[in-house]
Amino acid sequence: MIDTKETVTPVIGLEIHVELATATKLFCRCRNRFGDPPNTNVCPICIGMPGVLPVMNRKAVEYSMKVALALGCQVAAFTKWDRKNYYYPDLPKNYQISQYDLPLSSNGYLEVPLADGSAKKVRILRAHLEEDAGKNVHDKPGFTGVDLNRVGVPLLEVVSEPDMNSVEEVMGYARAMQRLVRWLGASEANMQMGHMRFEPNINLHIARGGVTYKTPIVEVKNLNSFRALERTVEYEIARQYAQWEADPDGYSMGKLQKQNRGYDDATQQTVFQRAKEEAHDYRYFPEPDLHPVVVDDEWRDEVAATIGELPLARRARYMETYELSFKHADALTQDAPTGDLLDEAVKGGAEPKRCVNLLLGRAAALANERNCTIAQIGITAGGLAELTKMLSAGDVNATASGKILEKMIAADDSPRQIAQAQGLLVVRDAGQIEVWVDEAIAANPQAAQDARAGGKKQKRAFGFLMGQVMQKSKGAADPARVKQLLQQKLGP
Amino acid sequence: MSETIDADLVRHIGKLARIELSEQQVEMFGRQMSDILVYFHKLRELETEDIEPMAHAVQSSNVFAADCPQPSLGPDQALANAPQRDGNFFKVPKVIGDS
Ligand SMILES: [Zn+2]
Repeated sequence: MIDTKETVTPVIGLEIHVELATATKLFCRCRNRFGDPPNTNVCPICIGMPGVLPVMNRKAVEYSMKVALALGCQVAAFTKWDRKNYYYPDLPKNYQISQYDLPLSSNGYLEVPLADGSAKKVRILRAHLEEDAGKNVHDKPGFTGVDLNRVGVPLLEVVSEPDMNSVEEVMGYARAMQRLVRWLGASEANMQMGHMRFEPNINLHIARGGVTYKTPIVEVKNLNSFRALERTVEYEIARQYAQWEADPDGYSMGKLQKQNRGYDDATQQTVFQRAKEEAHDYRYFPEPDLHPVVVDDEWRDEVAATIGELPLARRARYMETYELSFKHADALTQDAPTGDLLDEAVKGGAEPKRCVNLLLGRAAALANERNCTIAQIGITAGGLAELTKMLSAGDVNATASGKILEKMIAADDSPRQIAQAQGLLVVRDAGQIEVWVDEAIAANPQAAQDARAGGKKQKRAFGFLMGQVMQKSKGAADPARVKQLLQQKLGP
Repeated sequence: MSETIDADLVRHIGKLARIELSEQQVEMFGRQMSDILVYFHKLRELETEDIEPMAHAVQSSNVFAADCPQPSLGPDQALANAPQRDGNFFKVPKVIGDS
């Protein structure tokens, strides 16, 4: 019997370039800052004047070590830098200082959460520290403008093994990396500012009729958004399959070289750039102007001690100790300060689930409006704890708590002060509630009659009167008291 | 590594450096580079069997600067030697394609 079943497995590796959040560049003390006017953050070192000497930024090495350790990488005891030679206007020295054979770290992994709740381990081959290039501005008539502000900005290049087999896994990996470097404070990882760039390697393994075919590996350079990455991988999987189907024996890894393609945002397609055989010959050699870096156990442990609880560990703890759902725990571990806020509030006596409802309810909506994280909207852990305790005690209801939370951003007043000033405390005073109940009954004789009469209409009429009373109290009446009083007055 | 630098290799190096070479120059640079290579081959006379490969010529390590900004040049000084400028940009012939 001929096996007609066909399986197509995409095999994808990803290089991610992450700009580190240092104050200065890697080899000079010009500012590492996005958005400044062109060629303002430049000096003889970064624009490649003859005779200058680079000096390594200690912070950049430490951020790199921190990310590497969080990825479970081995940090090399001895690491050095090399010159990667190529000629391009955005690189005035005509070489990039990078790491070739002795990278700062290697052999780690990143756990990628998937939609079905499982996680996939993607292995990291290496993570090394290099300098960024400048920017060529192409929208000029007849010439290219060069801005060298970005030259020499520290760049951590993290290279994965080709362990990803779907678009979902690639996107999960990229987002997990963004979350991790932000979490560690090693990078702002802001896509609009070019803090993260992707270079996927993609091919297909196709099993058909007992034979496994492998399409040639395609590398796509310099993708600077998640959308571009997603489209590129989707497009390449479809394109390579179609090309293979047209010529199963010809379009294969053994017959064709690895090729480079570029992503065209306008058409959302990749276009052929060059076969790898025409690839640049970078003529790497050791950088003579920089001293090697030796990392002893003491320094490595010192950096490791700054890492703290990582996102996935914290998410697991939230599910375990706060008994949160995966979805809630995941939402609260997108950045470190938001979880810190929750933990602090719980320490201050807040009931975890109620506190989480506040954070993922009104606070998340406010953060969304402001395009920031929940921690950044500006509420304190102390205020959050107090508000949660007021909710637990029944001093305020859910609607009021949202209003109070919003006020807490603008004012220094405590939640209780705000609740009092705004009349948002639950009214438990039986006398006041009775006044509202009597008014509601008097104003709605038909409903009162239906409620008294029993039968089909009773429940609805009772609910209506309940609503009337709550409305009169502007939501502040204690619903349990209202119900009790209404039952007394309308009961048999 | 070949003992001499042939014409094709000189042309390849020229292409990588993005410079155009005349046939005369290819011949001249080939000869010069071959001479340099031959000179370096003297190193082969040394016994290196038991010697660890060196990553760097100096023995020191861990020379760092603190991550504290210092004043930069400013665009006028930075662009002073630029053959052409356009506002604050270095102006270069149109480049397309990847690096
Ligand atoms: Zn500089």
